[in-house]
Amino acid sequence: MKNQSFSRREFVRLFAGGTAVMLISFNTACRNKISQWRYLNEEEITLLDAIVEQIIPTDDFPGGKWANVSNFIDKQLDSYYRHHQAAYRDGLSAFENTVIQMKNKQFKELPFAEQTLILEKMEAGEFSGDYWKDHPSADFFDLVRQHSLQGFYGSPVHGGNREYISYKMLGLDYPNVIGQNRYNDLSWRTYNPKSPENGK
Amino acid sequence: MANKHVNAVVIGAGAGGGVVAKELSAGGLTVVIFERGRWHTYDEHGDDELTSQRTFPLKCGYGPDNARNWRMVQDGKNGWTKVFPNDWSYGNNAACVGSGTVTYGAMAWRFQPVDFHLKTKYGALAGSTLDDWPIGYDELEPYYEKAEYELGVSGDPTNDPFVPPRKNPYPMPAFSFNKEGIILEKAARRLGLHPFPIPMLRNSVPYNGRAACIRMRTCVGYACPVGAKAGTQNTVIPVALKTGNCELRINCMVSEIMIDDKGKAKGIKYFDSDNKLQVQTSDLVVVSASASETARLLLNSKSKLFPNGAGNNNGWVGRNFQDHAYSGAYGLFEEEVYDDVGPGACIAINDFNHRSADIIGGGVLCNEFIRMPYQFTSIRPSGSQRWGKEHKDFQKQNFRRHIAIHGPVQEMPVFDKRVEVDPVVKDFWGIPVVRISGYRHDNDIKVGQFLADKAEAWIKEAGAMQTWQAAPGKQSVPSQHQSGTCRMGNDPKTSVTNKYGQLHEIDNIFIADGSLHVNNGGYNPALTILALGYWVGGHIVDEWKATHMK
Repeated sequence: MKNQSFSRREFVRLFAGGTAVMLISFNTACRNKISQWRYLNEEEITLLDAIVEQIIPTDDFPGGKWANVSNFIDKQLDSYYRHHQAAYRDGLSAFENTVIQMKNKQFKELPFAEQTLILEKMEAGEFSGDYWKDHPSADFFDLVRQHSLQGFYGSPVHGGNREYISYKMLGLDYPNVIGQNRYNDLSWRTYNPKSPENGK
Repeated sequence: MANKHVNAVVIGAGAGGGVVAKELSAGGLTVVIFERGRWHTYDEHGDDELTSQRTFPLKCGYGPDNARNWRMVQDGKNGWTKVFPNDWSYGNNAACVGSGTVTYGAMAWRFQPVDFHLKTKYGALAGSTLDDWPIGYDELEPYYEKAEYELGVSGDPTNDPFVPPRKNPYPMPAFSFNKEGIILEKAARRLGLHPFPIPMLRNSVPYNGRAACIRMRTCVGYACPVGAKAGTQNTVIPVALKTGNCELRINCMVSEIMIDDKGKAKGIKYFDSDNKLQVQTSDLVVVSASASETARLLLNSKSKLFPNGAGNNNGWVGRNFQDHAYSGAYGLFEEEVYDDVGPGACIAINDFNHRSADIIGGGVLCNEFIRMPYQFTSIRPSGSQRWGKEHKDFQKQNFRRHIAIHGPVQEMPVFDKRVEVDPVVKDFWGIPVVRISGYRHDNDIKVGQFLADKAEAWIKEAGAMQTWQAAPGKQSVPSQHQSGTCRMGNDPKTSVTNKYGQLHEIDNIFIADGSLHVNNGGYNPALTILALGYWVGGHIVDEWKATHMK
């Protein structure tokens, strides 16, 4: 898999570098856009965006979509979570089919409150249909739920938690400059057994 | 080219192995330490929660890796499940130079004197192999002190009426309490309890050339950016290397102890950093690879006189696998109780460790290390929403308004809770893997509930609006506090080593890690493992000077 991503980078470098003019002239003929995603495709990302926005909705702070949680998941599917690739490819497809059967619409087209109800059914393992017999919907929901929380609350180095938004939300200062930030006077005192509260 | 013969091979550069290597090399023996991991620094990992040693959904940042290591664990249906290091059921401890002492919370507990003779105190316990240690607290006390002074411990026992007796004070003053510590200190006093600062293997002031702690929020699960936290990797191992007698061979996986037909260890076989099988001969072998991996290595070292593994003719190697049945409670407060002064854990009470009439054992209770944002996503009272608006609101509302108290319930040793080697499954190198089975003793569940009640009462007294408990169940896979698989004892029929960690059956193989623990105390075990390292190492040097193990 490493080789694949290397060759994609190579490809981008070659074409974006010296041959911009060529690219433009080829643009109409060459309809395969270079995807910014590593494993998932545009349609899957759009669907996933809608799901992660349900897991972590926008309120006075941004939600899962703005925080690049889908990017986190896509990135992990090309590294630590390769073993979950099939679960996402097949699971997202089965999910969309199930929603269309239920509502005659794609998930992204439904109002937010209706989306929530569908995910609650999924979480409860209430999806029926052939695919879900062998792959309980509760399991797939929990996988996406866990990964979404990781993407929103984990370190941005893994592709999510854009601009440390969850840290800002929790009032944790960032960046965590070693030895410089915050720490009130208390932290520099040692324990005074006669006055445990005040230290010394 | 053949490796040069040495006096001693030490397997595992963690708490026990690091100390033994230093004692032996300072005592004049030539030593090679084998470590399957490598050196790690803070800069390599930063404060990334998803690859820490605390929460590790992506990987265990400090090892071992998923590509070459796995285990089998019972699935509860008479079958086995293959698990990887970053599965909770693997029971991981860090695999690197310093091992758990790089990333631990660094609590520096001495066991209570009574912990060394539990059978005498409580009598025989049905379903448990509860026994007395072959050594007492008084014998180990000077070695506890040596660990406290050579690695560096900050502590103050003034306000702990139940402190194990000490000849000398701690080398550094204790840390002050953070905001939740102050709140809990007052509440404990109102309840008639005896709160005191947790002793820590962490510098409250500069010590031995290392800086004072800067009170990071990421401490347990992470390397220290300023080296204030004492591990073997920044204390005794560098001292050992400086003697000129000690070599550290990293990225080397030991597969077998070679034992000759007379029943003596001749050295070890290992896979080097290029995965080539190599031999290192030695006069003696010290195994300090953690309770699970030490047992695995002995069981995988079969020979003519020991067809069931080294020192295992009585079948006790790998038995009595213990950890701690962590138990406690959470509370939500109206006001902010979080002040971002790390590492969080600072206050303890010893009131419920062996001091309650109907309870066998018990444990210390402490406030918990800081719960990082992702870890906090699963800290909820039962019935809470696990996603959506309510879940996000809970994060926002309570991250800075909650306190956690818990304690390590002393587990009663169970003969059938054990480490074996799998008869079929092998790891990347072709070495049979660990498999783990067995359940906790019912006493652990009972004491767990007892301790959870006490923790909840303490948090309520501190003013929590809402509280809930987290008590242990029967199922467990020992991880960072793993112990007991090669217990020491005077009776060769019911133990694996003598009181010096020397195998009853093979006198030039020693154990120096938590495997030796007859029981695991009601405390984090790191300081006891370090002290046993000095105890075993000191004995080896004495015996070497007298006989050269001939």
